[in-house]
Amino acid sequence: MFNSSLQQLAAALHSKKISSIELTQLFLDRIAALNPKLNAYITVNPELSLAQARAADVRIAAGKAVALTGIPIAQKDIFCAQGWRTTCGSKMLHNFIAPYDAHVISQFNQAGAINLGKTNMDEFAMGSSNETSYFGPVKNPWDDSKVPGGSSGGTAAAVAARLCAAATGTDTGGSIRQPAALCGISGLKPTYGVVSRYGMIAFASSLDQAGPMARSAEDLALLLNVMAGYDERDSTSLPRATEDYARDLGKSLAGLRIGLPKEFFAQGLSNEVAQAVEAAIAEYKKLGATVVDISLPNSRLSIPVYYVLAPAEASSNLSRFDGVRYGYRAPEYGNLADMYEKSRAQGFGAEVKRRIMIGTYVLSHGYYDAYYLQAQKIRQLIAQDFVEAFQHCDVIMGPTTPTTAFNLGEKGDDPVQMYLSDIYTIAVNLAGLPGMSIPAGFGSNNMPIGLQIIGNYFDEAHMLNVAHQYQQVTDWHSQVPQGI
Amino acid sequence: MSLTLDDVHKVARLARLAVSAEEAQLAQSQLTNIFGLIAEMQAVDTQGVAPMSHAQDVTQRLREDKITETNQRELLLSLAPQVEKGLYLVPQVIE
Repeated sequence: MFNSSLQQLAAALHSKKISSIELTQLFLDRIAALNPKLNAYITVNPELSLAQARAADVRIAAGKAVALTGIPIAQKDIFCAQGWRTTCGSKMLHNFIAPYDAHVISQFNQAGAINLGKTNMDEFAMGSSNETSYFGPVKNPWDDSKVPGGSSGGTAAAVAARLCAAATGTDTGGSIRQPAALCGISGLKPTYGVVSRYGMIAFASSLDQAGPMARSAEDLALLLNVMAGYDERDSTSLPRATEDYARDLGKSLAGLRIGLPKEFFAQGLSNEVAQAVEAAIAEYKKLGATVVDISLPNSRLSIPVYYVLAPAEASSNLSRFDGVRYGYRAPEYGNLADMYEKSRAQGFGAEVKRRIMIGTYVLSHGYYDAYYLQAQKIRQLIAQDFVEAFQHCDVIMGPTTPTTAFNLGEKGDDPVQMYLSDIYTIAVNLAGLPGMSIPAGFGSNNMPIGLQIIGNYFDEAHMLNVAHQYQQVTDWHSQVPQGI
Repeated sequence: MSLTLDDVHKVARLARLAVSAEEAQLAQSQLTNIFGLIAEMQAVDTQGVAPMSHAQDVTQRLREDKITETNQRELLLSLAPQVEKGLYLVPQVIE
């Protein structure tokens, strides 16, 4: 049952083959058995989950079910969910019980989905390996000596290990796509503004975007149908007509023009990832696609630009954690300033403090023009590269990551090496475009490889169609880690 | 560009982060490396390029000036580390 697609689960629930309570309990039992090894979840609360399942069963019996009613979905621990401990992977919020629901959570609640638990993540979503979590690293289900990627590493591991039917993530610089690639699952970061950020704990507000993570493109479409939509409580939420993101899944890819940016296949890309991506492109040609060589000349600047803009926004967003209204307060302190400084020093981990300091520096007097303003200007150039590229192609494809999952601890002491692992994903966030990663093979060590698909603004339904057609002729996405 | 220890202490104070001497040493070398990565940006000619702050060209919306939040005083106070008589408690600021 835990290998079923969302549509199969919905059919089983509607035909009363299984109740939502039974299904939820099945996943809770799997979590109890496997989570001690994987550490994919920070919080499970069977009482809250089963209460939702009970209500879902009543709703199904009354014939009022919709697509996800009764289906257990894991939520990244960045989303506030009323009554649930919501930690954002930080000691700062280790005992914070959210007093309200994020928009994403209330959308799932309205659909009658079950909140199965809160998944582990890099602290405040700052990291690419899940090793910055206060609650310990997540293990990659394909090899527990490897990282699952980050920051949505708990979600990626939970989906790969079948510890939930599907789940949510957030992506500021690759945090959905990179862990999806490293754990062999599918993940979609929508166009900036498609999913409301209300109640999603802020990291870098102009880049943060929530999206679905699941086992197939078809499942992603059903999740995005629930997550997307205008919300006046997020000032950057876009008022748009409701879409059915599954509407084009079955369309033919004949005539599809795939752009291949030469910068994504240059130095730094491992041979095995390059070969898997090339094989995927060959598969697309068989499906009727053609290939166009394109260039994103400024994409090499996306890492420097990102490490100015994201820390600048983070230093501002994280100033709210002062040990007064909520969150951690140091046990001993002198005056008010001392209380702030000690509470923040003890409540934040090393990576978060590093980024707060970078951000504070680049925004400080005398440096603003040289760093922040210059980064915003180059951001414009990076976005323009994509505008130009989409004159010649319908989607852009390339690797999601330069290598397969690296070893736990391998990059722990060197922030710069860690930052470079997001080389192919960051430009998409800077431009605000939708991007996804789908499984496209395995490396020599049997670790998953992801194919990145980048679409034009608001082209999610088309991208899902492109991914779904590939998943009709390949079975990389249905591989299950050994022992799972 | 390389940061001095003084720079690190100044930034930490602005960010309200207590740092020990040992942490400041480590931060100095790590932040210097990170600014080395960022330095590549400085050579780019951006004359005449408009800064981009957001992906979508949208302006802030206005809304009707009416109350939309409900009073949740007790719930919100229950999240605070220290409260007394319905107020947040902090060290004395004014003598």
